[in-house]
Parts: sequence; structure tokens; C-alpha cells
Amino acid sequence: MISLQTYLIISALVFIFGLIAVVNKKNAVGILMGVELILNSVNLNFIAFAKYVDLSIKGQIIAIFVIILAAAEAAVALAIVLNIYRYRSTIDVTTVDLMKN
Amino acid sequence: MGFLTLITFIPVVGMIIVLLLPKKNLNAIRWVSAAATFIPFVLASYLWTQFNYNLGGINNESTFQFVEHARWIPAFGIEYFMGADGLSFPMIWLTTLLSFICIFASWNIDKAQKGYFALFLLLETGMIGVFGALDFFLFYVFWEVMLLPMYFLIGIWGGPRREYAAIKFFLYTLFGSVLMLLAMLALYFNTTDPVTGAHTFNMLHMMDQSNHSDWLKILDVRYLIYIALFIGFAIKIPMFPFHTWLPDAHVEAPTAISVILAGILLKMGTYGILRISYPILPDIAASTSWYMAVFGMINILYGAFVAMAQKDFKKMVAYSSISHMGFVLLGMSVFTSAGIIGAVFQMFSHGTITAMLFLMVGVIYDRAHHRDIEGFGGLGLKMPVYTGISSVALFAALGLPGMSGFVAEIMVFIGAFPVYRTITIISAIGIIITAAYILWTLQRVFLGKLNPKYENIPEINGREIFTMAPLAVMTILFGIWPIPILNLMKTSLNYLIQIIP
Amino acid sequence: MVEIAVIIALLPLLAFVIQIFFGKRLPRQGDWVSIGAIVSGFGLSLYLFIQMLTRYDPGFVITESFTWIDLGSFKINLGIYLDNVSITMLMVVTIVSSLVHIYSMAYMEGDPRYSRFYAYLSLFSFSMLGLIIWDNLFGIYMMWELVGLCSYLLIGFWFEKDSASNAAKKAFITNRIGDFGFLFGLLIVVTAIGSFTLTDIAEGVASGKLSGGWLTAAGILLFCGAIGKSAQFPLHVWLPDAMEGPTPVSALIHAATMVAAGVYLVARLFFMLSLDAMIFISYIGAFTAIFASIIAVTQNDIKRVLAYSTVSQLGYMIMALGAGSFTAGFFHLVTHAMFKAGLFLGSGSVIHAMHHAMHKLDVHDDPNDIRLMGGFKDKMPTTYRTFLIYTLALSGIPFFSGFLSKDAILGGTLAFAVSQSNPIHYLLPVFGFAAAILTAFYMFRLVILTFHGEPQRKDLYENIHESPKTITIPLSILAVLSIFIFYTLPGINPFSAAHGWFEHLMAAPASAVAQFSGHPVVDISEHTAHSSHTLAMIISIIVALSGILTAFAIYYWKKMDVEALTEKMGVLYRLSYNKFYVDEIYEATVVRGLLMWNNLLSWFDNAIIDGLVNLTAWITRHTSALSGKFDNAVIDGMVNEIADITQGFGRQLRRVQTGQIQTYIFAAVVGAVVIILVRLV
Repeated sequence: MISLQTYLIISALVFIFGLIAVVNKKNAVGILMGVELILNSVNLNFIAFAKYVDLSIKGQIIAIFVIILAAAEAAVALAIVLNIYRYRSTIDVTTVDLMKN
Repeated sequence: MGFLTLITFIPVVGMIIVLLLPKKNLNAIRWVSAAATFIPFVLASYLWTQFNYNLGGINNESTFQFVEHARWIPAFGIEYFMGADGLSFPMIWLTTLLSFICIFASWNIDKAQKGYFALFLLLETGMIGVFGALDFFLFYVFWEVMLLPMYFLIGIWGGPRREYAAIKFFLYTLFGSVLMLLAMLALYFNTTDPVTGAHTFNMLHMMDQSNHSDWLKILDVRYLIYIALFIGFAIKIPMFPFHTWLPDAHVEAPTAISVILAGILLKMGTYGILRISYPILPDIAASTSWYMAVFGMINILYGAFVAMAQKDFKKMVAYSSISHMGFVLLGMSVFTSAGIIGAVFQMFSHGTITAMLFLMVGVIYDRAHHRDIEGFGGLGLKMPVYTGISSVALFAALGLPGMSGFVAEIMVFIGAFPVYRTITIISAIGIIITAAYILWTLQRVFLGKLNPKYENIPEINGREIFTMAPLAVMTILFGIWPIPILNLMKTSLNYLIQIIP
Repeated sequence: MVEIAVIIALLPLLAFVIQIFFGKRLPRQGDWVSIGAIVSGFGLSLYLFIQMLTRYDPGFVITESFTWIDLGSFKINLGIYLDNVSITMLMVVTIVSSLVHIYSMAYMEGDPRYSRFYAYLSLFSFSMLGLIIWDNLFGIYMMWELVGLCSYLLIGFWFEKDSASNAAKKAFITNRIGDFGFLFGLLIVVTAIGSFTLTDIAEGVASGKLSGGWLTAAGILLFCGAIGKSAQFPLHVWLPDAMEGPTPVSALIHAATMVAAGVYLVARLFFMLSLDAMIFISYIGAFTAIFASIIAVTQNDIKRVLAYSTVSQLGYMIMALGAGSFTAGFFHLVTHAMFKAGLFLGSGSVIHAMHHAMHKLDVHDDPNDIRLMGGFKDKMPTTYRTFLIYTLALSGIPFFSGFLSKDAILGGTLAFAVSQSNPIHYLLPVFGFAAAILTAFYMFRLVILTFHGEPQRKDLYENIHESPKTITIPLSILAVLSIFIFYTLPGINPFSAAHGWFEHLMAAPASAVAQFSGHPVVDISEHTAHSSHTLAMIISIIVALSGILTAFAIYYWKKMDVEALTEKMGVLYRLSYNKFYVDEIYEATVVRGLLMWNNLLSWFDNAIIDGLVNLTAWITRHTSALSGKFDNAVIDGMVNEIADITQGFGRQLRRVQTGQIQTYIFAAVVGAVVIILVRLV
């Protein structure tokens, strides 16, 4: 039987990888992938808690919501990235600083 | 609506009509103005025939004539309260007469005539209102109403330094008004209406000492209020040392405005003292009269001396006004029949005489475009009629017997001598100085060799004669037979003396 | 009777009004209106005069008055007062005035302001006649000023000449100075007595309402008016200058009538003069008499000699009145009016002739200068003869009117000196006799230089002609009236008028002053009066003859060289010739001082009073500018400072905003970690 801690530790590791990807990646697609990782680490947590704690079906339902949301989010984000690419011919996020100052 | 209200507000109606007329239609503007001043004059003359010579007025409403009451701002005890007595009626009549004459003296104003005549008519309303008002608040309102048109009339239609003069005049009189306002409020909050028990602006209630609060019975307070009122009025007289607005205002103002200024406005100062200060604070009036006599003396002599040094014709006349108003102060200060009636008669007669003098200067200024006394000479040869009328004016100012100025001055002297011997005698030196500066002026302008510059100077025209001749006739008429005017005044003024302890 | 007197006065006023408004359009420029008015006045006066003579009552008085101003507690009554003195005065004024009016027809012919001249003459006649008949000081004061005005207008009649307009101004102002005293006296009287009417004043003085020092002061101050009008020292300066006016005016106003108004006033006030006031008056008169006659001796202008002579003779009259010789003083006024008017008209005749001669030859010289005349007696016989008669009268030669009145004055002052305990009062008769010598001397000097001897200017002399009838007839009438007989009737003694109508009718009024207890002033005994009179008569004849003889010796027989005499007199001559420098002294002190004082005050007014006003304005303006600055710098500065600080912070904080989402996320994570750590620890 795999204990709850194992799930939580794996989830935390995935979360940290995702976070590092978001903060460090210069490539916008990389960042999107990091975001996916973070979302999925959370999903893992929900499902784990649904199994071990008295959360029952609610945890799984929330996980499905998150998956749907992530799909939608990815679609929008990719559209933005594509547009940025069309204007600037790059998707390096350090060069996109219109909001600076 | 009573006659007094009609007289007061017909000029305003005229003003509205003038404002509605097209700017180009000069003659219509002039004739409407003439009509709007002539009707009040006719009405005032009619009232004279209705005047009851036996009623005193001053502080008793039942002996006032042509009284009008109307609600105005009852919450503050303010009324529209007008009436006439022997003190105010001669002034009202004189105001209507001089205003009518001045319309003709303004005939050739050369810019913005519409505005000029409109303001002039507003000014007349203000002046008549001041003399007719018996409610202090109403008095104050009219007083200020009169101030504003005057400012513009000097400031727009005046001579080269008109703005300086207008602002000086305005600030000076405003300063006086403020003091008057303070005194008025002090009186208001310490006077109660005997019927309703509320505070009141009614002057006649203020004159009844039993309506005063305890605070107003404190001697120092009474002195302060009296002095505030006195300074407010003294600026208008103008009394030395508050007189310096006068020469500037006169020199810069157009002829007709000078006439009004000297003929009517100056009298408001002395009128205010007689109408308001004396009856409301009679005890203070009695105890400070010596100072007033001294100021009268200073005015007489100082004005005469300074007049003699002037090179500007109009300035000379302006200072002579200061000198002549000194006689009013001196006569007012003694509370004898002859003195005080002489003083008010001097107010009236100086109104006609000084008006003539300013009109005279106006005539020559229109022709020569300067007023330097030294720059004329020998005009008697080219303008005999003008010289004749001017001589009447100048000799009247000099106090020649047979002219109204003499009657007034001698009455003041007779009245003042038993009370203040030394002051009266020193003042009487003024008649020598006056003779000196008047004759010297007469000589430099009219006598001597003709200044070749004025070889072709045109004689005085019919319109100008029309402005001066009635005044000349009045001066001589009231000099020989002053009874009509004296009868108007004597009941009221004799009654006023009795009020003073 | 009163109505007649009023009509006499008002007729000329009517003429004046007509002349002023319509004069130029009337035929002959309306001179007949004025002449008609005054001649009718003369006729009516004559009627009053004859009535007076037939009545022959010294105490005759008739008054009538009305209330002019009534103010309740204060009244002014005006009225008419007719007595022998005023009727006689009316007569004198209308005679002289009528003759002058007629005389002016020729003299003023062709003047551009001919009608105006007659208008002024009429106005003057009205004022003078009015002055005579008023019963009160107020009315007299009014008319007094009006005659001053007329004098001003007539002296300055040729106003295009600067000298004329100056003289007119000087006359008026000098008179005003005297009138100031008059006014002062008037105020004292009315304050004490409460009325201006002469009869009321007499009552008031008698009942002691006005007494002591105030009474003396009132007398002296009222006399100040007379000092001005009758040209007494020190206000005599205007009269000689007044000769700038046309000569008929000089005759009428500055010799016969207006200047006599002062004497008339003193006569009218005679009842209220205290002894001190009288002595003051007397000395002023005596001093003026001698002072002016000294000046007259050296003048070369024919009219100026006569002018100073007038001043001197007026001094005589004043001296007599002051010494209590009421009748003598007034007598001299009447006789002097006739012969002095005649002298002026005669001089006018000469000047007229000179003027024409100069005009014809186109010479520009002074037609009044006696040094250009000489020998005119053959050319102008009527003028000469009448002039001689007047001169004899003025010099005080028996058989002429002047002798009678002058003698009465000298006798009166001598009697006064005798009756007073203080011997200093002998100065009065001494001054009188001295002036009499000088009078005789300068008058004959004038006659000799003008009419006798060799003509000084042949060219002018050839062109001198006798004046027309309108000039010579008035001269003859006045000459006749200078004969003694008109004043001594019904007596015919040429040496004394004591029994004549004049002395009988013009008795001195009873004094109201307590000091004199009802006597006609100074109590002089019958004996003293008689003995002084005889003595005075003898002395005055001797004195007059010696003056005349000296004049003949110097100027006719040339026993003495004039030049040498002038040299010898030195300082005295220069003083006399320059009129004792009185004008110059006044010019340097009074006039200059007044002008400086005026300029000083004017400067004071402009610089100090107005300066203070402008200073207040300046201070207000600068205060407001200052507070404006404070507002800008401090109040507004604080507001701006806060804004600046906020802005600075904002600028610093902006750096945080990198625009890199990754930075933000990093910061958020760090923040979350910090919060978690804080919570856990």
C-alpha cells in the first residue's frame, strides 16, 4: 500500500519542477509546460486526498475541472504566444517587457 | 405707489429703456434720459407745492411727509421706508434739478453714450434714494448703489488719469462705507422695535433712546459708534484730512459728473451727519461739536489757501468746494438756529454755485482742451456772454451779497460767533482768501490781453447757456429772497436743535 | 416818503437790468435809460430835500421795516431809515451821479463797451443809494460789498490793460480786508444785541447790553470797514491805483461818493462810539491826512495827485468825526464831494483833450502826465476857470465851500484838544494844519503846471481844444455848487456856516454810550468851541495862503529851483515820490508771504496728505504682493513638496515593475515562502 506521504512528496516534487520551469525558462512554451506541471501536481494531491481522506468523490470532480481548465488555459496561452511570435518573431519572454515600469 | 418712490425709480425705468435702445440711436438715448430726469424734477417741484412747512420730521414719523412703508425683508427688520422732511426735501429737489441739467451738460459725451446715460440714471436713483431713505439698511443700499455707477463714470469717461482717480475714489468711499456698516450693525443689534420687540433698521426707532439696549448706553460705545459714522460721512464731505480723493476725482471726471460729485455727493456727508449721527447720538454730537468746528475752520482756510496755489482750473474749483463745505461743518457744529439753517442753506446754495463753476470749466475745456489757468487770458473780449455768466458764478462763490452763498455764509457766521468766537473769526479770514483766489483766477482767465491762441474761440452756445442760466438765476433769486428755501428747512432744523441736549 | 426813497434807489437797478440784457440793441446803446433813471432819482431827491428844508426840523427821522429772514429764534429785519443826513446824502449822490452820467456821454463816446459802462454806473448808483437808506448794518454791509463790486467792475473796465485788471483786483481785495473787520464788528454787535437795526443797536448800547471793551472793539472793527472803503492808512493803497478806471468813474466813485461811504458809516455809527474808539478813529484820520498829502506833493500824474488829495481829505473827515465834530465831518463830506468830483471831471477834460491831441499826432505818451502840459488856460478857458474854483475851495480859501467845512473841522479838533486833559491830543489840530498847508501847495502846483506857464510840449499844445458842452456844463454846475452861499443860507456870512441850514439840520445824534451820558459825544463848552473856532479860522487862512504863495514862488515865479529843492529834500523826496514804499512793503511781505504759504500748503497737500494716502495704498499693495509670495512659496510649496515626495517614491517603486512575469512570480513565491516560514516559526 502506498502511503499518502509518497503521493504528497511526488506531488511536491512535480510542483517544484513546474515552478522552476515557470521561473527559469526563457521559452514561453516551456513556461506553459511548467504551468501544466504545477496544475497536474495539484491534481495528484486532490486525487490522493480523495482516496485517503474523507473527501470521496469531490476530489476527483475537482481534478477533472482542473484538467478541463488547464486545456482551456493552454489553448488561450498558446494563442497569445502565437500572436507574440507573429509580431516579434520570438517567444523569448525576457524580451517581452511592455509592462515594464 | 407714492410720489417719493416714483421720483426715486423713474430714472431706473429710464435706464432700462436706454439699455433697450439701439446703440446708434444717440438722440433717442439722450432724450429718453432727459425725460427720465425731467419727470422726477417736475414731480419734486409739485411736491414742493404740497409741502407742509409746519411739520418737523427728524425723529417723529407722524411729522414726516410723503411717507411710504413697504415690507422688504421682515425677518431682519428691514423695511422699504421713505419720507421727506425739511432737511431732506431741499436736497431731493436739488438732486432732481442738477441731474436734469447734467443730462444736457453730457450732450457731447463722445464714447459709449448708451452705457454713460444708463449709469447716470442709476446714479440719480441712488442719490435720491439716499436722501429719501428712513431705514438705515435702505439708506446703506442706496449709498452703495450710488457708488458703483460713479466708479465707472469716472473710470471710463474720465480724463487721462481716470483709472487712478476712480480707484482712489472707490476705495476711499468704500473705507467710509465699511465703518458706516459696522456702526449700522452695532446700532441694529442694540435697537429694538417698540412694537414687535425685534431688532430694527428703522432710523426713527434708533433715534428713540428708550429703544436702545444697555450696551448702547455705555458712553465709550456711543463715542465709538459716533466716530465710526462720522469718519464714514467725513470722507464724503470731504473733511480735512480725508479730502485728497476729491481733487483727483474732479479733475478726471467728465464735466457733468464733477457737477454731480460736488453738487450732490459732497452734501451726503453732511446730510448723513444731520440725519443719522445727530438724532441717534445727540449727547455725543453735543460733546464733540468743538472738534467739528475746528475741522470746519481748517477746511475753510486750508481749502482756500490750497485753491489759490492751483494752476489747474478744475482743481481750483475742487479745492474751493472743500473750503465751502467747511462753512457747512462750522454751521452744523453750533446748534443755533442761524448756524444750522445757514449750514443746510449753504449745502443747497453751494450745490448750485459749484455746479455752475464746474459747468463753466467744462465750457472752456470743450473749446481749449486744457484747463491751465495761466494758459488763457482776455477771454472777456471774445466771449462776453460766457464771461458774464462765469462772473456770476465766481462772484457767488466769493460770497457777494445778493447771491445765495452770502446769505448762507453770513448766517453761519452769525450762528457760530456766539458759541465759538475765536474759531469763527479765524474762519472769517477765509472770505479774504476766497476773494483773492477767485479774483486772481477771474483776472488770469478773463481779463488782460487776449491770448492770440484764442482769437477764434467760439462763444458759449445755447445748450451751455441753458445749463448755467437757471442756476445763475436761482443763485441771485435765493440771494435776495432766500425765504422759500429757509421756510422749507426751518421747522425741521429748529426741531433738530431741540433734540441736542 | 419812504416809498420815494426806495424808488430813488430802485430806478438805477431797473436801468442796470435793462442795460445788461438789451443795452446794445437800444438806440444810442441805451445811455438815456441810465441817465433817465438817475436824473429822475435826482428829481425825487430834490423833492425830499426841499421838504426837509421847509420842515427845518433837526430831529426828523422816519423808519419803516419788514422781516427779511425769520427763523423763529433768529430774525433779520431790513428797513429804510430817512433822516436829514440820509436825505442830504441822497441829494449829493444823485447830483454827482447825474452829472457824471451826462459827462460820460462825451467822455466814453465810441468805447466798444459803451452800454456796459452805463450798466455798471447804474448798478453803482443803486448800491450807493441803497447803502444810504438802509436802517440796519446788515443791509449796509450788503450794499457795502456791492459798491465794492461796482468799483471792481469800473476800475477794471478797460480790463485788457493789465494795470487796470490788477488795480481792480487790488481794490476789491483790500476792501475785503477792511470788510473782514466790518464783519467781525457786525458779529459782536448782533451777538450782544440780537439785531442789526440802528435804532435797536442804540437802545442796546444805552441799556448796557454792549459796553466796555466789547463796545470799543465793535466800534473800531466796524470802522475797519471804513478804513478799507475810505482808503485810510494802512489800506489806502488801492485808491491811487483805482485811477486806472475811466475818469468819470474816478470822479463819481473814487472821489465823491463811494469812498465817502466809509465816512458815512462812521457818521451813522456815531452814537455807539466810545471815547477810545473815537480817539483811535481820529488818529487814523489825522495820520492819513498828513501822510497822503505828503505823497501828493511829488506826484506827476494829474489823477494821482487828486487821488492822494482825496485820501488826505477823507482823513480829514474821519479825523473830525473821531474828534466828535459830527457836523463838521459830514459837512466836509458834502462840500468835498462837489469840488472833488469837479476836480476829477476837470482833469478828465484835460486828459480827454490830451488824448485827442496825442491821437491826432500819433504820439504815445502818458496823457495824464503834468510834465507834458502847461499853459492850457488859454486853450481851455471853461475848464481852467472851474478848475481854479475847485482848487480854491479845496485849499480852504474864504468865499468857497471848502473853507467853511475845513474851518469847522480844524476848529472842532482844536476844541477837542482843549477839552481833553491829555495835551498829546494837540497833535490832531497840528496834523490838520500841516495837511492844510500841503493841500494848498500841491493843488496850486497842479494848477500852475497844468494851466499856467510855458507849454512843455508845443506840438500837443497846438492841438488842445476845449471839451464839448456835455463836459463843460457839469463842470460849471459843480463850480457853482462850490460857492459858500449854498451852505450858509439863510445866513450870508462867508466866514461861518454856523447859522446856515446845514449846521442846523445836521445836528450830531445823541450818543448812546454811557460814558457820554446823552451828550453829543465830547462835552465841549460853548466858550471853548467859539474861541477855538475863531483861532482855527485865522490860522487856517494864514496856512492856506502860505501854501499857495509857496507854490507860486516855486513854480510860477521860479524863485527857487525845483531841481535844487528836490536835491535838498533828498530822502524825504524819495519817500514821498515812492509813496513811502507801502506798496512795495506789502508786495514783499503780505503778497509774497501769502503766495509762499499757499504753495507750501499745496505742496503739503500733494506730498504729505496725498502722500500718506498713496503710501497706504503702496503698503497695501506691497503687503499683498508679499503675502502673494508667501502663498506661492510656503503654502503652495508644502503642497508641491508632498507631491514631489510621492512622486519620488513612485519613481523608486517603478523599478520593481520589471515587466517580467517571471520576476513577479518569483517574488510571489518568495513572499509565500516567507509567510509560511513566519507562520511556522
